[in-house]
Amino acid sequence: MNPRIVALLLVLAAPPVFAADPAEMLKDPALETRAEKIGQGLRCLVCQSESIENSNADLARDLRVIVREQVQAGQSDDQIRAFVVARYGDYVLLAPPFKTSTLLLWGGPGLFLLGGLAALRSFHRRRVGTPPPPPLSADEQRRLDQLLNNEDA
Amino acid sequence: MRRLFALIPLAALAVLAVFFWNGLGRDPREVPSVLINRPVPEFQLAGPPGQSSGLSSADLKGRVSLVSLFGSWCVSCLQEHPTLMMIRQGGELPIFGLDWRDDPVKGAEWLARNGNPYEKIGLDPAPGRVSIDFGVTGAPESFLVDRNGVIRYKQIGPITPEIWQHTLLPIVRELQK
Repeated sequence: MNPRIVALLLVLAAPPVFAADPAEMLKDPALETRAEKIGQGLRCLVCQSESIENSNADLARDLRVIVREQVQAGQSDDQIRAFVVARYGDYVLLAPPFKTSTLLLWGGPGLFLLGGLAALRSFHRRRVGTPPPPPLSADEQRRLDQLLNNEDA
Repeated sequence: MRRLFALIPLAALAVLAVFFWNGLGRDPREVPSVLINRPVPEFQLAGPPGQSSGLSSADLKGRVSLVSLFGSWCVSCLQEHPTLMMIRQGGELPIFGLDWRDDPVKGAEWLARNGNPYEKIGLDPAPGRVSIDFGVTGAPESFLVDRNGVIRYKQIGPITPEIWQHTLLPIVRELQK
């Protein structure tokens, strides 16, 4: 097989890699899964488009450690997220919460869609509403027949 | 009327363009702090050996102060350091240091080498709990704290003499009234 294809397949076959150091991971797999899930929803404020689970930044590592401590201490997912939001604001959540200040953010795409549909409807109406052209006069009909016959020949 | 309707998409585009254009000029690293006008977190930290006996939240009450996050590993902190030394000389307000994710010995050596502008310093080793309570995103970062121990301003990135003169000092004067 072409080595390039092999390389491509290898890249595609690689499982998603998380930055979490095995030493940081909780022993209880259920708790670790919960911690990872919470961490995947928290933005790393150093690299910003990565979650703290994916980032190698020191601050992300610190937050991973703290999330795991709190998971182990029996805090709920919402309590842990609230802890981080209290310090870093809603921006730290990769999925912004639904509330009045984010109404436009969440509703915006729907508004655009509605606007587009309305525009489409009025455009369509106008097309349908156009009156049909008046019938051809005898002269025009003769001319049309002639043209069509010419084409046949 | 119909003409006006035809202008709606263009107007919508113009509005969006203004928003996006403004967005382009913003520094995404400057995440506004949610801790402004909130009391400083409660903490008590030991200091780097030989440089300070430590820092606690009680030290941040009673006077307007500057809390500055630094680390011996942080290059921009070295760039900011002469400005902090200058502020110390000016004597407008005490500066307290948070030595973030630092090795105690390296932190102490760094201060011995570059000068110590801080009245008191707290060592906040990894995972930097106190710094996270302050909502820090990177070093250097500084906070102006009023005499009731409430955070009033956050400076992200190094303080330059210009930032001190034109941004921080007026706020300090206002808080000291």
